[in-house]
Amino acid sequence: MYSLVQVELYKIFKRPRTYIAFGAVAALIGIIQFGLKLDGKSYLDFMLNDLSSSLEIDGKILNGYLVCYVMLQLLLVHVPLLIALIAADMISGEANMGTLRLLLIKPYSRTTLLLAKFIAATIYTLLLLVWLAILALFGSMLLFGTDDMFLLKTSYVVLLKESDVFWRYIGAFGFAALAMTTVASLGFFLSVFAENSIGPIVATMSVIVFFTILSTLNIPIFNLIKPYLFTTHMIGWKEFFDIKVNDSNEAIIGSIQNPDKIIKAAVVLFIHTIGFFVATVLVFRKKDILS
Amino acid sequence: MKKCCLFVLFVFCASVAMAQDASQLIKKVKAKLELVDNYEATGVMKTDIAFIKAPIGKIKIYFKKPNLFKIKKEGGISLLPKGGLSVNLSSLIASSNYSTIDAGIQDLGSKKLRVVKLLPNEESSDVVISTLYINEKESLIEKAVTTTKENGTYTMLMRYGAFSNYGLPDQVVFEFNTKNYKLPKGITLEFEDDSKPLTAAQQLKNKKGRVEINYKNYVVNKGIPAAIFN
Repeated sequence: MYSLVQVELYKIFKRPRTYIAFGAVAALIGIIQFGLKLDGKSYLDFMLNDLSSSLEIDGKILNGYLVCYVMLQLLLVHVPLLIALIAADMISGEANMGTLRLLLIKPYSRTTLLLAKFIAATIYTLLLLVWLAILALFGSMLLFGTDDMFLLKTSYVVLLKESDVFWRYIGAFGFAALAMTTVASLGFFLSVFAENSIGPIVATMSVIVFFTILSTLNIPIFNLIKPYLFTTHMIGWKEFFDIKVNDSNEAIIGSIQNPDKIIKAAVVLFIHTIGFFVATVLVFRKKDILS
Repeated sequence: MKKCCLFVLFVFCASVAMAQDASQLIKKVKAKLELVDNYEATGVMKTDIAFIKAPIGKIKIYFKKPNLFKIKKEGGISLLPKGGLSVNLSSLIASSNYSTIDAGIQDLGSKKLRVVKLLPNEESSDVVISTLYINEKESLIEKAVTTTKENGTYTMLMRYGAFSNYGLPDQVVFEFNTKNYKLPKGITLEFEDDSKPLTAAQQLKNKKGRVEINYKNYVVNKGIPAAIFN
């Protein structure tokens, strides 16, 4: 199994398209950091316009922690598209090149081969997230420094103490890894059905865009299906940055407002991941391989 | 007619005498506060605003005559009500360009306090009226309600301890009005919304803010560099 995973990883990192995702993430993060470094004050003034009419806010609000949060909000919507580039190519890419039949001649079961490919796709996903974390979190901490984290939500504001932030990012990235693995498993599943890479890549992107729109639309009829869509739960990482308050409205350091929401979202994502993988195995085992 | 004139004269004299009493009382309070040229203190600040989730923060407070006042949070972000400069008592009565009105005596808890209203003579002043509840015996302001043109009405409640000789409180509770806070979802990128609509009571509570500062370790008249207030 280990050698199979190594082979699959070699294949992934041999392809130039793999590095498109790393390059795109670096470019996007770089441009946001550059913009905020140059004109972050205007951005903050705009964000704080409502609040500063009744409060004086003093301190280094635009620090690395806030910049990273802003970037994650923007990027974690688009990173699935970059993951689809690789995950949705894992089986269909082989079929397209005509190497799938050759691969299946090896003395490994189809399930073992699929598992190795899935593990390789997951490792790629995790590496992309680690790259994102290095640039978005550590890069921003280096560029903007650190301080308390001042988060503006739609109907309230959260102030997190500097010492209470880093572990939340570890949790958030861990959760994002699970969410992105679900996306990888979807792409992986769709790649079974095609003989070329374009179809499953576009199909994965379409499913994510479609479900994301359904998840964000606030129309009562869609609220019934929202809890069952994995895209609804992919934003669960944000819950790490909401803090609980006691009866006198004091924030409790080290607490999370809705830990049950995180657990529920993680369970839903995990079930989806397993479900997609099992479905892939079931379809692939019965598939007539002609290419 | 004669009796009527005498009565009017009596009322006039009495009100002048009371106003003089109030002025004298304010002078005594001011004299006490003027013993302090500058001070530095550490403290703990608790912010209780319905739409803000903030932890208790350690702060440093600096004051320098006539009205330089600064609250610095130790390595962090601080939230203070607009017009936060008025969190100190000295700035309330720093100017002498106001008229005083004696509004009698009122109970505040178990204490009987003299109520004095201060009306600024300058039209340009942001303060419209300040009502001070003064402990006559100690010459200490126990409560102050100030209405401003720009920042609404705010109330300060003071509790004194070891530094009452200087008129410096151990605790100040600052209550003020806040505006409704709401950011468009397009800005916060929070499209998911499972929040329930607020009840009327919650909406009313949302409009009130409270900042509590507990002072510790006053260092009085030891000098403070002006750069701190920049």
